[in-house]
Amino acid sequence: MPDVTAEGGHGAVPTGPEVPVEPRRRAVRRDWPLYEVFVRGKRGLNHVHVGSLHAPDDEMAIDAARDLYTRRNEGVSIWVVKAVDITASSPDEKDPLFAPSGDKVYRHPTFYEIPEGVPHM
Amino acid sequence: MHEETVYEALANAQDDGHWAFGTGFDEPLAGVDTTVPDGVDPTDLGAYCLMLGDDALVLAQRLTQWMTNAPELEEEVAIGNVALDLLGQARLLLARAGSVGVLGRSRELATDSVPDEDALAYFRAPGEFRNTALVAAENGDFARTMVRLLAAATVRLAVLARLRDSRDPVLAAIAAKGVKEVAYHRDHAARWVLRLGDGTGESHRRAQDGVDAVWPLLADLSTATDVETRLAAAGVAVDPADVLDEVRGVLTQVLDQATLRVPEWPPAAAPRGRVGEHGPELAELLGTLQGLARQHPAATW
Amino acid sequence: MSAPTLERPAPDETALQRQFDATIAADHRIEPRDWMPEGYRRTLIRQVAQHAHSEIVGMQPEGDWLLAAPSLRRKSVLLAKVQDEAGHGLYLYSAAETLGADRADLTDKLIEGKQKYSSIFNYPTLTYADVGVIGWLVDGAAICNQVPLCRSSYGPYARAMIRVCKEESFHQRQGYELLMTMMRGTPEQRAMVQDAVDRWWWPSLMMFGPPDDASPNSAQSMAWGIKRHTNDELRQRYVDMSVPQAQALGVTLPDPDLTWDEASGHWRTGPIDWDEFTRVISGSGPMNAVRIARRRAARDDNAWVTEAATAYAEKHGA
Repeated sequence: MPDVTAEGGHGAVPTGPEVPVEPRRRAVRRDWPLYEVFVRGKRGLNHVHVGSLHAPDDEMAIDAARDLYTRRNEGVSIWVVKAVDITASSPDEKDPLFAPSGDKVYRHPTFYEIPEGVPHM
Repeated sequence: MHEETVYEALANAQDDGHWAFGTGFDEPLAGVDTTVPDGVDPTDLGAYCLMLGDDALVLAQRLTQWMTNAPELEEEVAIGNVALDLLGQARLLLARAGSVGVLGRSRELATDSVPDEDALAYFRAPGEFRNTALVAAENGDFARTMVRLLAAATVRLAVLARLRDSRDPVLAAIAAKGVKEVAYHRDHAARWVLRLGDGTGESHRRAQDGVDAVWPLLADLSTATDVETRLAAAGVAVDPADVLDEVRGVLTQVLDQATLRVPEWPPAAAPRGRVGEHGPELAELLGTLQGLARQHPAATW
Repeated sequence: MSAPTLERPAPDETALQRQFDATIAADHRIEPRDWMPEGYRRTLIRQVAQHAHSEIVGMQPEGDWLLAAPSLRRKSVLLAKVQDEAGHGLYLYSAAETLGADRADLTDKLIEGKQKYSSIFNYPTLTYADVGVIGWLVDGAAICNQVPLCRSSYGPYARAMIRVCKEESFHQRQGYELLMTMMRGTPEQRAMVQDAVDRWWWPSLMMFGPPDDASPNSAQSMAWGIKRHTNDELRQRYVDMSVPQAQALGVTLPDPDLTWDEASGHWRTGPIDWDEFTRVISGSGPMNAVRIARRRAARDDNAWVTEAATAYAEKHGA
């Protein structure tokens, strides 16, 4: 029996040591930068991250985002931003940044018990 | 009020049918009032719809040749969108031609179960096609493909923008829908021509070769056919000569910015494609497009 | 003004592993910047990349009929479908890139044969009925595989799969609808449908991979929540779904041993020819060389386009 598994949606592909998977960053000349795409689904909603794509520049990134992520009229507005321009909290800082707010339950409306009869709360 | 109903019928049909999922499997003109306005010759109207419809069909087929071969996956999706838009326009326009009875011999060859749009697309001989040489020409490389798309979309946008006021409400509605689509086709192609013209030495050379190959084809758009002249006078169609200045202006602007040399505009010539005179490249394209449908004339798909 | 970089006590690996395990155990999602075991990352990159490759290569068998589709409606449907597959490939490459992989690099691996794609796409599409059968059976099997993946433990993969599954349902429906139409058509068309079913049924069963007892990597993937059901479970679900659909369509599935097992409430198939599977997957499929050559050409023949756009962006400070 081959060393194969039904991983991924379209079925069986081989696994095992002969399939290299080393993550590798490289700056080959032909690579276009990675853009992250945010789409406003409809008026009144925030832009939401939907995925990424590669494009040579901002203008082409907008075209590609329109063609790829709004093929079925999913959006009324698109933001694209180069992935390298996004500043994110680092996993190392996870605890100092997020753990404190985990304690502050008083920020959440459910912290407050309201008698059932009170309207519009 | 008449026009608004037609427009809405088309606008609402756009969602599902355009993307070919769900329930959008109807006849393209289902539910649309297809009465011909007073004083308009239905034969002329149908012939004109074939011109615009064949342009869209043939260009869609050319662009589809890029599928699975495009430079980047993002561009594959973009080209697919343009081809789908054009295919949608072709279906509406061929159906409009069929609705006014312009079917030629295609109806004799196709069985009754074949809808008009398919009878026209699959059962006409090359000499019965009314597209221009501009859309029939081979793709060439990606640069030539984008230069041709830029030229074809610029012409089409200028025509459709004017057709929104056509006295034929169906044509006006088709044009109103198409303007939004073709504006994007033109802009996308222009962005590519800019990047290729002002990119690397190789891309500049290829883009200039593309321009030099495409420009002579514009001659086929310079002179109106009798049908266009009559319909333009009746407020139904656009005389192609009327859009030439606008087209030249747009193309010159893009080429200048792309650091490409603008060739001399080809001298006006008698219409060829619009009266059914085509080169062998159209027959070859249609051979592939029509082959399977013609092998099984009694089949339904 | 930036604050000085101050040392923080480094979290120890055991604690990170515990946190990862707890996240998986709680059926929560692992997100890109979370710590994750190297094996988990590697397994995911391979799985997501090969899934993406399958989508992209999977455009070709049907794409071969795009220019010849026998009606304008069918042409639109097929074009939208093939285009969707490019989109699905992009969603998946996008998910793989959140793990630190690079799309151009993954594409190189595909072209060099270092990463694979689903064996099913190494079969040729001989008639237009194949377009319908790919939609019905191949996409049907893909949906069986993909629906559970919407709950994959890796967030970006799960989200990509949700998007793919929403779009994929149209793929299966258009295929089945085409087959129904053809079965109502001429005798020749009916024969085309049966012939296509005869050729695609067994390969579609093989899409679920080898039987569980010969699938050594499954257990770890299940534990990690990358895989949600075993190969045999999914294959059984697919068979149970497909048999009544075949009956409704009026085609015969090419398996004389196919029987209804009253006791278990399942359809039982005859034995699967795994030797053929091994041959096809190891690159001896009839179309393997063609599929890869097309990807190579798309990359190499158009490299000047990609370079031109990069040069333009550099000139114009984008």
